[in-house]
Amino acid sequence: MNRLAIFGFIVVGILVFAAIFAPWIATQDITATNLGARYMPPSAAHWFGTDYVGRDVFARVVYGARISLRVGIVVVLVSSIVGTISGALAGYFGGWIDRIMSGYVFNVFLAFPGLLLAIALVAFLGAGLNKLILALCIIGWVGYARLIRGQVLKIREYDFVQAARALGAGDLRILFVHILPNAIQPLIVQASLGMAGAVLSEASLSFLGLGVPPPAPSWGVMIEDARGLDRLQAAPHVLIFPGIAIVLTVLAFNFIGDGLREYLDPRQRKR
Amino acid sequence: MGSLKHKIFGLLRRVGILLLVVWTVVSLVTLLIELVPGDPATAILGDQATPEQIAQFRSQHGLDRPPFFFSFPQDAEGARHFVWHGADNRYVDYWAALLRGDMGKSFRTNQPVRELILLRYPATIELALASLLIAVAIAIPLGVVAGSNRGTWIDNAASVAALIGISLPSFVIGPLLVYAFAVRLGWFAPTGSEEWSDIVLPAITLGAALSAILTRMVRSSVIEELGEDYVRTARAKGLSERKVVYKHVLKNGLIPVVTILGLQLGVLLAGAIITEKIFGWQGLGLLLIEDGIGKRDYRLVQGCVLVISVTYIVANSLTDMIYRWLDPRIRVS
Repeated sequence: MNRLAIFGFIVVGILVFAAIFAPWIATQDITATNLGARYMPPSAAHWFGTDYVGRDVFARVVYGARISLRVGIVVVLVSSIVGTISGALAGYFGGWIDRIMSGYVFNVFLAFPGLLLAIALVAFLGAGLNKLILALCIIGWVGYARLIRGQVLKIREYDFVQAARALGAGDLRILFVHILPNAIQPLIVQASLGMAGAVLSEASLSFLGLGVPPPAPSWGVMIEDARGLDRLQAAPHVLIFPGIAIVLTVLAFNFIGDGLREYLDPRQRKR
Repeated sequence: MGSLKHKIFGLLRRVGILLLVVWTVVSLVTLLIELVPGDPATAILGDQATPEQIAQFRSQHGLDRPPFFFSFPQDAEGARHFVWHGADNRYVDYWAALLRGDMGKSFRTNQPVRELILLRYPATIELALASLLIAVAIAIPLGVVAGSNRGTWIDNAASVAALIGISLPSFVIGPLLVYAFAVRLGWFAPTGSEEWSDIVLPAITLGAALSAILTRMVRSSVIEELGEDYVRTARAKGLSERKVVYKHVLKNGLIPVVTILGLQLGVLLAGAIITEKIFGWQGLGLLLIEDGIGKRDYRLVQGCVLVISVTYIVANSLTDMIYRWLDPRIRVS
């Protein structure tokens, strides 16, 4: 495993820990305002300082990990399950389902800017955490479907699958017991990269005011809150800490994805 | 002749996909309006609007007509029945108007959506092209230097810089640039799109990720080309390393980069939405976010989403077609 991937695992470990134990790590209230303590620089009492209404930035960044991880996990789980099932059925059985998937869905949905589609969906559905998750799942599952379809098409021809068929195994048994477990490795890589994408999309949409509505400590909302000119002048750190959190999280999941890809596919390992 | 036939078939396929995407986008924006929580009319007119006002608004914007070819309206007992409306519906209305170049009128200001969009379109294209330029200006020298000094500290530094560039979202880098160059140094205005210098910070913000991607591409492209036979020949005949890299390697190494460039133009258009919001850049993205979504002007949202998507997919298709046409490997076979 390369060093960057290990760095990624450490960052994600810290993130998960922060998300689970947020109430014990960050004892400050995340929504209570204190106008007497606005724009405080980082100190022992406020590790990351305070924002324009005196909220503790450290506590908000820690709780923000909950939102990011929740969105990431739900989006990746739902879209990978939907994508795996539809991609597997299309790849294994072919026919009309495959014609719709590879002829229409892949061509159209992958030829389209995902962020714009998510923005359009949320614009009409209305903002909010659940609608944002729904929008990200709608744009997310197609990538998994294409990946799994390709894997199934390849593995379907292997000898052990022919052997299973000769022994009288049914289609579903072949698909779920023999083929899919062999397609799981690229799926894990894709899921890790998908976590990075989902975290980034959540922050982007929340930044645009289309995701989690304001008092919630989404990192994207925190950045949008901190970037007004007078606020930026008074307290740039309010912007920098959630910014670092986003960048580290996205980097970490990308490193893990790249690292796993290299680890699982020895041909790509650096010589 | 077989290659020509192959090419024309590929072209037709590309055009077919293009039409399919346009059809999907139009269908999406016309049907998604049905999912608006509540009713667009009350969203615009407010809760105090009289039933007459609402009815007038609905008929003015065609919202009183059936949404699609069929529907399942509820009757007095609450049961739903299938009703066929034929071609007399809003989906057909939107298509018919669109083919005449009409995108309807803004729910808020009653101005034609087409005019509102045309007013903002050039600013977005300008921004996208400026960021493309900045990305190329950074990526090609950096990538070449990194690739031709593989494994040295220069290469490592460039790779780390590229990695950071890829991971920095525009809504993080943009406000940081505003802080450094507008608030602290006062070199540029923090927002606006009046002065020529106003484009610098937005273009860097939008182009940063692309320049990082391109740097990596140029680097690996240069490394790959340096291993080719013609490089050995060029070196053997006594060309300086500088000439080898800039006259031979760069020329061949740039082919894949050019493709990525075209594909990325579309990505820039979508990414411009966030950048325009950061800098108050008066483009299509700001129109969509502030005037469209912010004011619940759904007719305007439809138009903006449609135009951005179609520009994106047309840019991608054109790149693909030009690349296929130019690539000698396809031409010969």
